[in-house]
Amino acid sequence: MALDKPYKDIPGTTIFDAEQSRLGYHLNQFCMSLMQAANRARFKADERAYLDEWPMTEEQKHAVLARDLNWCIRLGGNIYFLAKIGATDGKSFQQMAGSMTGMSEEEYRDMMIAGGRSVEGNRRIGEDGTAQAHRQPQGRAGRKEGA
Amino acid sequence: MARITASVYTSHVPAIGAALDLGKSHEPYWEKVFGGYEFSKQWLRDNTPDVIFLVYNDHATAFSLELIPTFAIGCAAEFQPADEGWGPRPVPVVKGHPELAAHIAQSVIQDDFDLTIVNKMPVDHGLTVPLSLMCGQVDAWPCPVIPFAVNVVQYPVPSGRRCYNLGRAIRKAVESYDQPLKVQIWGTGGMSHQLQGPRAGLINREWDNAFLDRLIADPAGLSQMPHIDYVREAGSEGIELVMWLIARGAMSDNPGDAAGPGTPRVAHRFYHVPASNTAVGHLILENT
Repeated sequence: MALDKPYKDIPGTTIFDAEQSRLGYHLNQFCMSLMQAANRARFKADERAYLDEWPMTEEQKHAVLARDLNWCIRLGGNIYFLAKIGATDGKSFQQMAGSMTGMSEEEYRDMMIAGGRSVEGNRRIGEDGTAQAHRQPQGRAGRKEGA
Repeated sequence: MARITASVYTSHVPAIGAALDLGKSHEPYWEKVFGGYEFSKQWLRDNTPDVIFLVYNDHATAFSLELIPTFAIGCAAEFQPADEGWGPRPVPVVKGHPELAAHIAQSVIQDDFDLTIVNKMPVDHGLTVPLSLMCGQVDAWPCPVIPFAVNVVQYPVPSGRRCYNLGRAIRKAVESYDQPLKVQIWGTGGMSHQLQGPRAGLINREWDNAFLDRLIADPAGLSQMPHIDYVREAGSEGIELVMWLIARGAMSDNPGDAAGPGTPRVAHRFYHVPASNTAVGHLILENT
């Protein structure tokens, strides 16, 4: 019998469960290695060569090189591990979180100061909140695309 | 006999630690956060315990995916602040209480909670930010700390009910310790926040405040809430709030509950949005 995973119907959200963890094991362990300064330096010197030392999939390596955190998460990455890439790049947690919405850093920061993203319309896939698939990317990036 | 005198609940946002360490605490953005802890710092000076039992979660720091303990109790004599990729925070080394930690492990495991005993681990912002919020910038923490790490990173995390019952087992363990120690239990993490995906930045002020109300008055009922409600209403990282139920379960009014005699006194309550990506919640409950 299949396991019950009720969290699959939440928009814009990937729950890091045992299945995602299995997919992302090497990706996340690569991230973990960046906690050491010597590894950060080697990664920065030649990212591709450093990634090739890890048994990650080719797609996972591309997602890292592109710094596309949504893509990394789809492939099993977890945000607390991916944050080590952000730290290596000198990015804050807020910059990293914001990057996944399509909003500019300023737009995302302003949204948080104004009280954050509303849960209304964002509880279930199929509603009309800002996190729903049909409303990506958010902020000015989204408006340009629609114009 | 040792006893639990009070419980403290607080968010542990890493940016709060960074703001303090980089001297930004007087900037208007951060003053609104730190202002909520002015009372708490004085309260802790007036009510310094002998030991703090600090429930928190590791954020891919001490525990990678090589090993994922659901509940881990730190039994070492000391714990070093971790380098999370930005360099270690400039905060004091955390001194443990190996005797009480070992006693609690012995008692709680015999009560059917399978704790992992950890004798060596660095501690990350999940543990040091609450200490900074409650103590400010100090040369040494005011007392020994027993780190208690809960897996809330990889699903499934422990249920609220299990956390609440674990708190009760911890209280029983503390009360069977022979030395007359005053112990505080702190539950940390939360409140609503989501750090990933297009839904990043989610905040739910109404839900958070209802959580605080129920944590005070109806913890047994609150502990029945399923995971999916936390994730849907308070964001994927809002699930950290199950850790607050461990601290609440260790208070004296359980079981029985429902705001009767013995309900803890609310010494302080604070809520603010935002700190970085997160809603900051904070409570101090005293056993009466």
